[in-house]
Amino acid sequence: MSDYISHDHEHDGIDRRGFLQCMAWAGTGLLWTVSGGVLASKTLAQIAKAGELLPATDLSFLQISDSHIGFNKEANKDVTATFKIALDRINAMPSPPSFLIHTGDITQLSKPEEFDTFDEVLKSCRTKDVFYVPGEHDVLNDGGKLYRERYLKRVEAKGSGWYSFNKNGVHFIGLVNVLDLQAGGLGQLGDEQLEWLEADVKNLGTSTPIVVFAHIPLWTVYPEWGWGTSDSERALGYLKRFGSVTVLNGHIHQVLQKVEGNVTFHTAMSTAFPQPAPGTAPSPGPLKVPAEKLRSLLGLTSVQYKQGETALAVVDSDLS
Amino acid sequence: MALLCAISCLNLSAFAIAGDMKDASSTSSKQNTIEIKDFAFSPQTITVKSGEKITWTNRDEEPHTVVSVEKQFKKSSALDTDQTFTITAGAPGTYTYFCSVHPKMTGTIVVVKS
Repeated sequence: MSDYISHDHEHDGIDRRGFLQCMAWAGTGLLWTVSGGVLASKTLAQIAKAGELLPATDLSFLQISDSHIGFNKEANKDVTATFKIALDRINAMPSPPSFLIHTGDITQLSKPEEFDTFDEVLKSCRTKDVFYVPGEHDVLNDGGKLYRERYLKRVEAKGSGWYSFNKNGVHFIGLVNVLDLQAGGLGQLGDEQLEWLEADVKNLGTSTPIVVFAHIPLWTVYPEWGWGTSDSERALGYLKRFGSVTVLNGHIHQVLQKVEGNVTFHTAMSTAFPQPAPGTAPSPGPLKVPAEKLRSLLGLTSVQYKQGETALAVVDSDLS
Repeated sequence: MALLCAISCLNLSAFAIAGDMKDASSTSSKQNTIEIKDFAFSPQTITVKSGEKITWTNRDEEPHTVVSVEKQFKKSSALDTDQTFTITAGAPGTYTYFCSVHPKMTGTIVVVKS
């Protein structure tokens, strides 16, 4: 431990987050003593190079998205059933994920009973820790009040519901880009959230792996359909100096991936219904496919961080 | 059920633009309809006379809203498939609106003197 503290003195002093993380490490004594030597010897080199406070350790988590509970049209008349199948898949994993991230559109119409159904079904999931960001379908009539009351209890959310947290040395940032949208525009983060983001990552070492998650893609997928975020460039500017940035989005109900420098952008499948590939239909409305094909176009995304590897492994699996 | 719902939406959401309210019964009963289909307002620009009603109907399987850009009239709630929203045109002028869920969707109402 003294290595970390002396290293810390060479930088800006230990911050609250770092202190809490150290305490968390101290609290997981068994883990620390069993694997600590290996972790320390590996990470000390990184620490010396990059000014890192804490070592990152192996971590796996799961992204689910766009469950659209309440949708009952032809593209999928039983979205609750397919959501259940997704949870069954999670429960059947040989090593369960540490936690889930839901990247929005929990419901179709932001109705309390739709949120109720989602919460009830989610109880069957063995993984209990879930982190959320809202989709536009979750904030339709109340600016997201109901969403915030229900889904931000375990985080210290700011503004309209953005937050960050640390797990195993990986820094996670949940952003909101579905509120106060401007006529003619795309998804939007807004000045207040961007200023918060800049401050949030300011004191992190450049080798800290960063995971950003938000509903609408933070890269311009297809602006004609609104598939992008108008001020995402500014957000990514604050993250440029980091060696590993993984951006996880939903909204477009299909897997798309792009790598740009150290940043990997990834969109997840929905558990409810597919949407057409950009520009292949008159509109981005639900894509109707033969019943036997539906589950091959729904799915979830598993993300693994392996210590010592720069990029996180992002693996999609469908529900067929 | 869909029809009942549409009628109730229509009754609840009828009101006037820009505070220049007119009694709908004393003016033209002409219905100006705007379809919301494939993530677009059709027609995108509509010209109506002051006092006439304008009704939007959502034909998509996706919820949409009707929101005045300059907040000149009260916004609709989220319209599910086949739900409608009606306003009564007020003072002459040009009014732009959009769908707050899919802000790429925009439309214009031109109100002329009756």
